Amino acid sequence: MSKILIRGAKVLGGEPQDVLIDGDTIAEVGTGLSAEGAEVVDAAGKVLLPGLVDLHTHLREPGREDSETVLTGTRAAASGGYTAVFAMANTFPVADTAGVVEQVYRLGQEHGYCDVQPIGAVTVGLEGKKLAELGAMHESAAGVTVFSDDGKCVDDAVIMRRALEYVKAFGGVVAQHAQEPRLTEGAQMNEGVVSAELGLGGWPAVAEESIIARDVLLAEHVGSRVHICHLSTAGSVEIVRWAKSRGIDVTAEVTPHHLLLTDELVRSYNPVYKVNPPLRTERDVMALREALADGTIDIVATDHAPHPHEDKDCEWAAAAMGMVGLETALSVVQQTMVETGLLDWAGVADRMSVKPARIGRATGHGRPVSAGEPANLTLVDTAYRGAVDPAGFASRSRNTPYEGRELPGRVTHTWLRGKATLVDGKLA
Amino acid sequence: MQRHLISAADLTRDDAVHLLDTAEEMARVADRPIKKLPTLRGRTVVNLFFEDSTRTRISFEAAEKRLSADVINFTAKGSSVSKGESLKDTAQTLEAMGVDAVVIRHGASGAPYRLATSGWIDAVVINAGDGTHQHPTQALLDAFTMRRRLVGRDAGLGRDLAGKRITLVGDILHSRVARSNVDLLHTLGAEVTLVAPPTLLPVGIESWPCEVAYDLDSTLPKSDAVMMLRVQRERMNAAFFPTEREYSRRYGLNGDRMAKMPEHAIVMHPGPMVRGMEITAEVADSDRCTAIEQVTNGVSIRMAVLYLLLGGNEPAVSHTRIEEK
Ligand SMILES: [Zn+2]
Repeated sequence: MSKILIRGAKVLGGEPQDVLIDGDTIAEVGTGLSAEGAEVVDAAGKVLLPGLVDLHTHLREPGREDSETVLTGTRAAASGGYTAVFAMANTFPVADTAGVVEQVYRLGQEHGYCDVQPIGAVTVGLEGKKLAELGAMHESAAGVTVFSDDGKCVDDAVIMRRALEYVKAFGGVVAQHAQEPRLTEGAQMNEGVVSAELGLGGWPAVAEESIIARDVLLAEHVGSRVHICHLSTAGSVEIVRWAKSRGIDVTAEVTPHHLLLTDELVRSYNPVYKVNPPLRTERDVMALREALADGTIDIVATDHAPHPHEDKDCEWAAAAMGMVGLETALSVVQQTMVETGLLDWAGVADRMSVKPARIGRATGHGRPVSAGEPANLTLVDTAYRGAVDPAGFASRSRNTPYEGRELPGRVTHTWLRGKATLVDGKLA
Repeated sequence: MQRHLISAADLTRDDAVHLLDTAEEMARVADRPIKKLPTLRGRTVVNLFFEDSTRTRISFEAAEKRLSADVINFTAKGSSVSKGESLKDTAQTLEAMGVDAVVIRHGASGAPYRLATSGWIDAVVINAGDGTHQHPTQALLDAFTMRRRLVGRDAGLGRDLAGKRITLVGDILHSRVARSNVDLLHTLGAEVTLVAPPTLLPVGIESWPCEVAYDLDSTLPKSDAVMMLRVQRERMNAAFFPTEREYSRRYGLNGDRMAKMPEHAIVMHPGPMVRGMEITAEVADSDRCTAIEQVTNGVSIRMAVLYLLLGGNEPAVSHTRIEEK
């Protein structure tokens, strides 16, 4: 196996150091390391992070390969600095059996751009009625530990309770898409001042908050672990903060777009801003940033949701919900969290690698940048400034809300177990 | 004025008054034996209706024909059109046919805005009602009716509705008519009050330039015009209010209630009126009710809109001007 010397990188944003990769492992971290026999990567001024881990990705394969495949999705992930992604279960067929999750897992291993850890559906067909074979998915080659009906809420309180109880047997976690279905019938955007004016169906904050409140209480009652997907409101933050203070085993994620964008953008009626949960208000955005900084929200997850052009190039009501996010996530976090002083780079490593790996039990990821650890690494040029150009995306879809927007930072290199998947900003 | 008419909020006070004045000019044409002007000869206007509305379509069609435009009616409902992308496809087909203006009615809020701004077509876009968003020509014809009745037909020329107190009653939540009227009436200087049960008022209404009340009886004596909005019976099943009878009792306009209004005050209705729930036959048929006039005025307003957006610099009523010399 080959040696790579990453020279002069600010490890987790700290003092410049050299990092020597030997084969699939970090061999040494220090200053003035010998370059003998190693390929040298000049990392002066750049920040080195553990490979990012996304707990919430939609890869669309099987079933919607016109939007994304495991190959294109993992190439997008590598471009964004990710070394592991958790693939959501809402594919066609739904990932609710051992067969489907193994297929997705194996595709990830074959392509080699990024580890793909499938998420299993909580209920058969995401229908919310009957538990899927959670144990079989866990015991499969994919070793599923995270279960979610994402895209839909497990709204039946009894099914949710049973799922929380059942996964305790193998240390699993239920990731809830918190959306009270009756309160969000016909919902098109955040319910508030803007929806009132635009005449678009409202998605009230309370539809998210009431489910989170219920689920943290259920998790407490049965002594299990619950994870809240894409939390989006200031009220949700308060509930999670209360639950944590009470010792409830709850974790939560926020998406990059909920850290930056508000429902004011919907005034353009441009469906590129249509997402579920919807973009909220400035007040919510600020509360989410604070919560991510103080640890109430544990992680950033992309909710990367690729859609073909025609599903967005139409009137708002007819458009699909979702945005791609893998290739812009770190830049948005740099702008909203690092450049605002809310989080340092060690904090970013924690929220985008260490914690998501821990929640999803991805033991080979989110490790310290030190000798003996798997060489899953991401190198970031934080001084870079540039407008987002979707034409350069590795993802098969281009539905980004950031087209033409200037964002800071650019991932230049990604290594998955010592093998470069991204070199100088180009996929290997 | 802007190139398209998407929202009543896009109109400045001067734009709006100019439109109302132009509509008065157009109304005079209707009083002639030959109700036709050559203004839009050679121009093609498409009425693109994705949602049924015979009344609005016929009103636009009459306006277009009186201005001598070539008219194409395209009713998407019931055709193969069902997916969202059809709006773009249909628009581009019409564009390829060299259409000058598209009058669009669509069930989705924002569809006309998308049509006007997404680069799919070059034609002028006129919103004939989109979802629960806007219906600007309705607001204009309502304002026109109010100005005629409350300020005066000739006395009103050049004037707005400053100080007039207008009350809108009923299903504000689902009403594009209410949204358009609040915007336009505010621009024209009127004081607007919305009256409805709280379930039929949108969350976020606090930011609208109007007052909100739950009680109809106390607002009636302070109203120069009361506009009753259509309440669909299906709303009852969705628990917006308990029963039709309770709705009528609290928010319906009957003779007794009309008697609480000032003597000069008018009753308006965008139609079609379903007598019973929101308005009794006694009120609907009284000479204070302007529902029929509103229909007539709709044609004049739509002529004015088409003329101002498409007519360019030529005078609308050229021989009238010649006669005046
Ligand atoms: Zn998702």
